[in-house]
Amino acid sequence: MLMNAQPTSLSSARDDLRTEPRLIRVVIITIAVIFLTVFVVLPLVVVFAQAFSKGVGAYFSALSDPEALSAIRLTLCVAAISVSLNLVFGVVAAWAIAKFEFRGKTFLISLIDLPFSVSPVISGLVFVLLFGAQGYWGPWLQSHNVHVLFAVPGIALATIFVTFPFVARALIPLMQEQGTLEEEAAISLGASGLQTFFRVTLPNIKWGVLYGVLLCNARAMGEFGAVSVVSGHIRGETNTMPLLVEILYNEYQFVSSFAIASLLAMLALITLVAKTVLERHLDEGQHPRGD
Amino acid sequence: MAIEVKNIVKKFGAFAALDDVDLKVANGELLALLGPSGSGKTTLLRIIAGLDWPDAGEVSFDGENALAHGASERHVGFVFQHYALFRHMTVFENVAFGLRVQPRAARKDEAGIRARVKELLDLVQLDWLSNRYPSQLSGGQRQRIALARALAIEPRILLLDEPFGALDAKVRKELRQWLRSLHSEIHVTSIFVTHDQEEALEVANRVVVMDKGRIEQVGTPGDVYDNPATAFVHGFIGESIVLPVEVCGSCVRLAGKALNIAAEGAPPGASKLFVRRHDMQVGPAGSGALEGAVRRVRTFGPIQRAEVALSEDGGATVIEIDAPRDRELQTGDIVGLQPRRYRIFAARE
Repeated sequence: MLMNAQPTSLSSARDDLRTEPRLIRVVIITIAVIFLTVFVVLPLVVVFAQAFSKGVGAYFSALSDPEALSAIRLTLCVAAISVSLNLVFGVVAAWAIAKFEFRGKTFLISLIDLPFSVSPVISGLVFVLLFGAQGYWGPWLQSHNVHVLFAVPGIALATIFVTFPFVARALIPLMQEQGTLEEEAAISLGASGLQTFFRVTLPNIKWGVLYGVLLCNARAMGEFGAVSVVSGHIRGETNTMPLLVEILYNEYQFVSSFAIASLLAMLALITLVAKTVLERHLDEGQHPRGD
Repeated sequence: MAIEVKNIVKKFGAFAALDDVDLKVANGELLALLGPSGSGKTTLLRIIAGLDWPDAGEVSFDGENALAHGASERHVGFVFQHYALFRHMTVFENVAFGLRVQPRAARKDEAGIRARVKELLDLVQLDWLSNRYPSQLSGGQRQRIALARALAIEPRILLLDEPFGALDAKVRKELRQWLRSLHSEIHVTSIFVTHDQEEALEVANRVVVMDKGRIEQVGTPGDVYDNPATAFVHGFIGESIVLPVEVCGSCVRLAGKALNIAAEGAPPGASKLFVRRHDMQVGPAGSGALEGAVRRVRTFGPIQRAEVALSEDGGATVIEIDAPRDRELQTGDIVGLQPRRYRIFAARE
């Protein structure tokens, strides 16, 4: 146990000072590993095990079921709509907040954070109140044959609301840290506001934008609560993947249910890997002036 | 391009960054704005550039109202203290930026842009760095690229905010001389901000000394050093001995004792006597207006620096003087001190 009885250098001696005794280290690390296994690894394994429990054939026929295909299509479509809109909103909001001074800035920041602090079910209910048959605008819209609730627009709206903070939240700290000096330099060199944005601001935040889009997309595809309230669960029409997983599970179709769940799980894994890569780029981007 | 600044006021909340500032800069001048931090010099520079807007006052370039135009229309080259190079662009693209964002009609073609950038990189002697990114450059290199970038748009005025502030002493010295010779080469009206008096006195044709949002003095480097207009300028530029004195008609008193020097027209009342360290002549005891005991002597190079406790107030005031080494001072010597040149300013409340 005393292989390193004599500290070989000052730094290793200093490391020893900061390190707990071996026993405590082992206990703490074991607890962490058990925790992660039970709560993260095991569920993931179970999802795939269940999905493939009747063989690969059953797995793929579950995925090619028309209802499943329709859910996948709807989920992709809603994610595409909400991510692209939130990309624009998020970048614009972060630009305003990080680069300009104005009254009501803190209020705007809390407004952006609102979806994080409201339960998704409540968010969904808000749209029911607005667009439902007894809602504020529902009757008028219905008389003009516009369907929001229990249709794609409602699902998209609810998803946009729930995923609104992701892009802005990823960008605000990054843009604040970068400051406005490069923008000032660009303007003094004769660039217009838009030229400054597209040539200087945007390239500096591109990794942050991708990061925000990634998280926004993961949440948009996985959103359950808000979408569940506004979707109406019309089979083959307004069921997104998470909704279909629940329905199939309740009908004891475990293979189909877990097959679709496995797609969402894979999305999570891909997101995780992409996030790690992006975070590395972000770290580099934030310390560009290594002297 | 001549610049005229009239009655500029700029407030940040209750703090007056600029308090009724007037300044005229002649065409082709190299002017230094010198002052301690918080004196408003950077704010004035940013207002001239159009990066800040005054609360009141006028700025004109060759008689034409500059405040009618935003920063992007003023054709002013601005060099930032921390360079503000575009971190995602190569050195080449940084310098080319001002050429690429010009309106289509005025824009050079790609070959023209390449030629101009090459010319500028040659001017700052860094053409071999054109494919590097700013993070791969040293501080001095970044500063020169920032200058090349500002010059690319053929600015009518060149403004530099603490251009050498973030560099080490040796590089600063080189860049100073380099900036001087560059200015005599391209002769564009230039204003630079600095808190370093040596830099201002060495580089500029004229120096503007600022304090607390006001201009204290405008003059040649020799002027502001030899004939400081105010107590602040005397204290800020060069090393000064400052003694609290009282002027009574034609006499000057220190701690109640009359000194053998003339008031030179200073108004009666509490005042401050300013003497440069090297303007205090050291002689035998009783030979000067002041007398004191040498506490400590350090010698370096041609001078000896002595700490002298003044006898006038019983040794409470200790001053530092620079004397030539023709007569070596010893700790404990009683010496007479006679100011060769001095200035008396009324003490500010």
